[in-house]
Amino acid sequence: MERNPMRRQLQTLRKSLFDQGYLDDQFVQLEELQDDANPNFVEEVVTLYYRDSGRIILNIEQALERKPFDFNKLDAYMHQFKGSSSSIGAKKVKAESTLFREYCRSRNGEGCMRTFQQLKKEYATLRRKLEAYFQLARQAGPVETACRPK
Amino acid sequence: MNSSSGKTYMSTSNSSAGWKAGDAAADQFPVGLRVLVVDDDPTCLMILEKMLRTCLYEVTKCNRAETALSMLRENKSGFDVVISDVHMPDMDGFKLLEHIGLEMDLPVIMMSADDGKHVVMKGVTHGACDYLIKPVRIEALKNIWQHVVRKRKNEWKDFEQSGSVEEGDRQLKQSEEADYSSSANEGNWKSSKRRKDDEDETDERDDTSSLKKPRVVWSVELHQQFVAAVNQLGIDKAVPKKILELMNVPGLTRENVASHLQKYRLYLRRLSGVSQHPSSLNNSFMSPQEATFGPLSSLNGLDLQTLAATGQLPAQSLVTLQAAGLGRPTGKSGIPMPLVDQRNIFSFENPKLRFGDGQQHVNNNKQMNLLHGIPTTMEPKQLAGLHHGAQSMGNMNMQVASHGSQSSQNNPLLMQMAQPQVRGQMLNDTSLGHPPRLLSPMGQPILSNGIAANVSTRNGIQENIRAPSYNPVSQTSSMLNFPMNHAPELPGNSFPLGSTPGISSLTPKVAFQEDVNSDIKGTVGFLPSYDIFNDLNQHKPQNWELQNVGMTFDASQHSNSLQGNLNHAHSVLVQQGFPSGQVNGQNRSATVVSKAMFSSGDSTGHVNAQNGNQQLNSLLVDGTVRVKSETPTNLYPDDFGQEDLMSALLKQQDAIAPAEHEFDFDGYSLDNIPV
Repeated sequence: MERNPMRRQLQTLRKSLFDQGYLDDQFVQLEELQDDANPNFVEEVVTLYYRDSGRIILNIEQALERKPFDFNKLDAYMHQFKGSSSSIGAKKVKAESTLFREYCRSRNGEGCMRTFQQLKKEYATLRRKLEAYFQLARQAGPVETACRPK
Repeated sequence: MNSSSGKTYMSTSNSSAGWKAGDAAADQFPVGLRVLVVDDDPTCLMILEKMLRTCLYEVTKCNRAETALSMLRENKSGFDVVISDVHMPDMDGFKLLEHIGLEMDLPVIMMSADDGKHVVMKGVTHGACDYLIKPVRIEALKNIWQHVVRKRKNEWKDFEQSGSVEEGDRQLKQSEEADYSSSANEGNWKSSKRRKDDEDETDERDDTSSLKKPRVVWSVELHQQFVAAVNQLGIDKAVPKKILELMNVPGLTRENVASHLQKYRLYLRRLSGVSQHPSSLNNSFMSPQEATFGPLSSLNGLDLQTLAATGQLPAQSLVTLQAAGLGRPTGKSGIPMPLVDQRNIFSFENPKLRFGDGQQHVNNNKQMNLLHGIPTTMEPKQLAGLHHGAQSMGNMNMQVASHGSQSSQNNPLLMQMAQPQVRGQMLNDTSLGHPPRLLSPMGQPILSNGIAANVSTRNGIQENIRAPSYNPVSQTSSMLNFPMNHAPELPGNSFPLGSTPGISSLTPKVAFQEDVNSDIKGTVGFLPSYDIFNDLNQHKPQNWELQNVGMTFDASQHSNSLQGNLNHAHSVLVQQGFPSGQVNGQNRSATVVSKAMFSSGDSTGHVNAQNGNQQLNSLLVDGTVRVKSETPTNLYPDDFGQEDLMSALLKQQDAIAPAEHEFDFDGYSLDNIPV
């Protein structure tokens, strides 16, 4: 059936996300939570994540426009952001968040700004990839038994 | 309930019925575990909720700490465990943790993306039972039920040991701090008890054979005798052997006394500023900074506010109580101890009874006994003072708590309580007709705190000055006595709060004891357990037989007008040893009291048993709270039932001193006095 090739494609896409380090095992946890009662759970969570974390990104941006930097505040924001990101398994984004926090602690404004730019890039890249993934998943049809992407 | 009169707990159909239900639930445990998850991050919240649902738990999610707290307060027994994030915008997770621990005594699991040692340590010191690092995996959540079981087990043990040191301390602490006597305690107690019973109890029961073993029921009289003996010897020199000799009670063994002494000591220590008993449970609460009243103040305030909000305490009274409790001068006297779960305690009906009557009575100075142990907002220092006097019975706090509801009346009383004059009155008043044996010793010292006197005077009710919260309580206790006033019968209610008119409202509590023949039985003795009362809500099993107490009160309530008072009293009693855990929420209203009563003694079950309308008088008067509420076995309609309580008590007792259970006194064993 058509689904099979699509499913295969989906699986490949999925695997690449993991192999390239965009996602980590926490994403698998989300996938395991998806069931018949919540067939689109993963997508819903990711959507919620992007909506909510977008707000934090904005806060950080605004904070970075105020000089001198309030590192404590920046750190607090990033802590929040990191928690969210890690909960969906956004590996690269999480790594950048950790780096950002380290720069905050060492009061390195330059480092913060650089890292933040990188973070936003990763954040946007992941979003694109996941959107493509979910779209493919929807096209591939509802997950049938034992069809859960793994 | 007395074992003799057929422990309500054990034999109560309700209790057993209740228990049965619990059994069923327990069989499926941990399925259906009620989890409250608090996190400001919606993504995490959504994921956690799904994970918990997958574990077959019942999940309630909340994105604000304040909302979570109010949810918990409204339904103290509605949750089994709380999972909370550390960093939240409206309230620090650790603060929430403290509140929950104090008010509801639920196991709390902290979570954070922060895995720094410092933060994790903070979780430990604040009393979190676990700390999860985000991102949380479902495997980590699968086992959270262990914390619920563990806590129940501990409470149960304490309960059985009738106020083992730890429990007592914990309870006292909790009761002190959380006068709110959250119903949660009651509920928790019940549920935990049920579960525990199902799972652990059976084993424990067999081991401890608490149910079957004859227990010494530390009735009010007995406790008073004990206290008198201790005072005579001097607290430092009081050794079980000598105490036993002085008491000269046939059938009492040295072991009984020893165990009771241990509890009593804990209770005293707690009063005097929070004994940092290593075993004390809520380290978070008791930690030096928190323990004593510092945190309590905040809590008190919080509670007060809450209480006030709930209508229990008029805002004014809250202030008063708080002030009183904290030793601050307050213009308003009526701060009914919000800390105590007044709702629970006083709610039962007594508001009108008590205060109305109380007031009248209060002025009579008769019943000021309420102060027995109700050190309304007694601060640790106060407690110290109280604690001599308040020897455990008068957990005035409870009373105070009761006042909360009666706040209107209480206020005057409360204020009174704090006043030394009350003291004198209390002691002297024992108008109840009973020679306030305990009262005198108790009353005096207690009065130092002002409130203590009131509380403890009567039955030697120790004012469980648990915590600042007690103060208000004590005041209320006087109120409690009042009701008694009108009930001439209260022989026991000699809460001589008379002097403090304000206290009258408080006394109602105490008063109940006398009148509340049936139910209060326990309360009388429990005065000290007033704290318990507060704690009742919170603590469940802790020796508090409160549960039983509650039962008794219920019963007694009917019986006497005072009953209403009794209920309060019960709650007070409950306080005795149950720093809050005991009351387990159930007690809230009457049950608490009754429980308290029970808990005071080791008679977890005693209280209930006794309720058979015994004349609280005897109970009250003697200071030994006999929770002889004759209330029909239904004392705890929903509680574990006296049975549970009893068994719990018995277990505790057994745990404490197997030998102790020889006596099946009808009074409630004051062993559970939160020492």
